[in-house]
Amino acid sequence: MNLLLCLVCIMLIPLASAGLGLIHQGLGRSRSAAHAMLATLCALGASAIVFVAIGVSWTGVAGGAAHTFVGGGAHWNWLGAGPFFPNWVDLDPADPAGFSRALTLCLEMFAVGLAAIVPLSAGTDRWRLAPICIASAGLAGIVFPLFAHWVWGGGWLAQLETNFGVPGFIDAGGAGVIQVVGGLMAVSVAWVLGPRRGKFAADGLPAAIPGHNIVLVLFGCLLALVGWIGLDSASSILFYGAGPQQVVWVVINAVLSASAGCLAALVITRTRYRKPDASLSANGWIAGLVAGSASCAFVTPVVAIDIGVIAGVLVTYMIEVAELRLQVDDPGGAVSVHAGAGLWGLIAVGLFGHFSAGTRGGHILAQLVGVAALLGFMLPLIYGGNLLLDRFVPYRVDNDGDWQGMDIRELGAGAYPEFVVHADEFVPR
Amino acid sequence: MRLVGCLLLVSGFFLVLAALVLFPAPAMRIAFVAAGLGVEALGVALLTRAHTLLQKEQQ
Repeated sequence: MNLLLCLVCIMLIPLASAGLGLIHQGLGRSRSAAHAMLATLCALGASAIVFVAIGVSWTGVAGGAAHTFVGGGAHWNWLGAGPFFPNWVDLDPADPAGFSRALTLCLEMFAVGLAAIVPLSAGTDRWRLAPICIASAGLAGIVFPLFAHWVWGGGWLAQLETNFGVPGFIDAGGAGVIQVVGGLMAVSVAWVLGPRRGKFAADGLPAAIPGHNIVLVLFGCLLALVGWIGLDSASSILFYGAGPQQVVWVVINAVLSASAGCLAALVITRTRYRKPDASLSANGWIAGLVAGSASCAFVTPVVAIDIGVIAGVLVTYMIEVAELRLQVDDPGGAVSVHAGAGLWGLIAVGLFGHFSAGTRGGHILAQLVGVAALLGFMLPLIYGGNLLLDRFVPYRVDNDGDWQGMDIRELGAGAYPEFVVHADEFVPR
Repeated sequence: MRLVGCLLLVSGFFLVLAALVLFPAPAMRIAFVAAGLGVEALGVALLTRAHTLLQKEQQ
């Protein structure tokens, strides 16, 4: 029963990818709209193929084969050791264990696609298609499997209790495994690419480059909600043994945290700018979903609202700081929404989660160890990988592409050829 | 500067791992984990600063 419910939930997850695709397409310029959606498909495709071929082996499953070593009196389970290309016998749907493994593979395949889409938002209007595919493949083949194994595959973060007497790190909906990993990829990509031409003046002040279609962005938020409900529910069932009754609360919590995040961002922008900002409110909605996903199966609805409110407030200020102070050109706010809110969500599990075992201090400590692993190990790995890849396959489009837009430069045709006229596309410079 | 930032990030992570291995007492553990996170925060700040300066040079 639970596994069939899980299968239904997994089938909803692609809607989250569609939602995020629409959001970063709408927040980019019209001259790069078709490129943005094609990049979404390419990232999904490359990550799915590489994950099923290689990544699934290193992600592993709890209790399955793994690479371990002994150090400091502890067994460090650091990488899965399953076979490359999943064996159909191991995934036999007639066998409950095989069916569960097949569902895990399916969920993780969609999850890695979601993580691969996140950085597209930070690289909007300037990230070329070829490096997008290769970076997505790298994410699916190396980066995601490593952290997913540590958390969902029975790795050392999940086994903190066995080794150190600290409760295991908890990430029910993938706030760390998917969102923070994607967000760290986004900040690395933004750093490697640099800002869009004309974004920052010589004195460092940013120019406003508004998104071209806010309706698509808001529709993307609605799609993302459905996908997130599926993601949170399926991962809670598969990795934390949630039953149907608990899944109902997962759904309610997801809706509440998203709503609270959106309304908090709306109130903040209304108070500060006199009118509510639609794109920041959309970011607040996604930030609520991201932050709420880590604790979706372990908190009450009131706490889910609190987590969403803090995420919504946090994200509005983080986006401003990233742009004004740190000069990070992140058109879709991916760094703040996915990395920032994701880290907050992980800490919130320790602060507010209800667990049958372990002390409050122990849970907070476990979550902080997970956060430290993300910042101290995954960020250098992701950043170094992107710098290295940029040497071989330049990430950034050339100067002409910057002005013409990615559609004309890379695809040879615009997304809206009959409706949009650009004044500066073909002006010689 | 970017390299130092990355090294600080990794150092902070190993400080956290060392806290888990070396200190069974919860108070010491939390203190060292917090210290490790502090070192990581410095690493993030340094990386960010490095990119801001790099961007200004390019402008």
